[in-house]
Amino acid sequence: MSHDHSLNPEVMPQHPEKATLEGKNKFLGLWFFLGGETVLFASLFGTYLALKNSTAGGATSEELFGLELVFLMTMLLLTSSLTSVYAMYHMKNNDFKKMQLWLGITGLLGIGFLGCEIYEFYHYIHEFGFTFRSSAFGSAFYTLVGFHGGHVLFGLCWLSAIMIRNAKRGLNLYNAPKFNTFSLYWHFIDVVWVFIFTVVYLMGKVA
Amino acid sequence: MTNNTKSNEFQRQQNKEEMKKQLITFATMILFTIIAFLIVGSGIMSKMLAIPLLLVLALIQVAFQFYYFMHMKDKGHELASVMIYGGVWAAILTVSALSLVIWW
Repeated sequence: MSHDHSLNPEVMPQHPEKATLEGKNKFLGLWFFLGGETVLFASLFGTYLALKNSTAGGATSEELFGLELVFLMTMLLLTSSLTSVYAMYHMKNNDFKKMQLWLGITGLLGIGFLGCEIYEFYHYIHEFGFTFRSSAFGSAFYTLVGFHGGHVLFGLCWLSAIMIRNAKRGLNLYNAPKFNTFSLYWHFIDVVWVFIFTVVYLMGKVA
Repeated sequence: MTNNTKSNEFQRQQNKEEMKKQLITFATMILFTIIAFLIVGSGIMSKMLAIPLLLVLALIQVAFQFYYFMHMKDKGHELASVMIYGGVWAAILTVSALSLVIWW
């Protein structure tokens, strides 16, 4: 009983996501994880940079990539980053319904992004015969971009899980850190995408 | 109780101010993205000029994302910064090593 009360105070603290020890630990743990993710993606980027010209006579990055679709995907993901900021804004104002609404919009934008990516891969495979096995460039490209897409997919599953699980609970000091760590993770996915659209698509189109 | 609502009002005002900054951050990021795509789409720049510029634009965008959207500018983010900069340091080593391997 007292435990329940301490997690549902009458007045929410200014930072409900870091008001409990568990919340603080989740926050630190996620940043630790993101440091590791940085290294993981760096090795994939390094591999891609080293292999991007090994096309084995197949399509080059200049022939493959279309800027329109990449621009659309960038806008979708960048906007979903803002909508998750809105969700955290409503969390800090203790407005559960609005937080859920903005998280829902974030999820829809993420689904839009993933749809575009699936279409993109489908297009490369069917129009250009550019696959994971067609060249070293293909392997490096699908590993890097696919790994990012996998992170988006994981984020969407994570988001649906916390949204559905907490739908009837409302906001409290127990689940506020969960929403906050998701939002940090989602921003990090956007950080990785900024490098992907710059290094893979834009630089691939220039070179 | 009145005290609570008062402090709540103050918090709400603070959150609102913060949200304004976030919106400016977002607008800046969209602007930088459009510039980056225009540089490549229009083809006005040579490769030697375009690539460093694209990388600088990406780095600024990422800094905005970390410091504003992910609140690294706020207090209590010392360990978060250590972890991210640690990751970035390893990332720089990895990318430079792999680039060096294919230099010749």
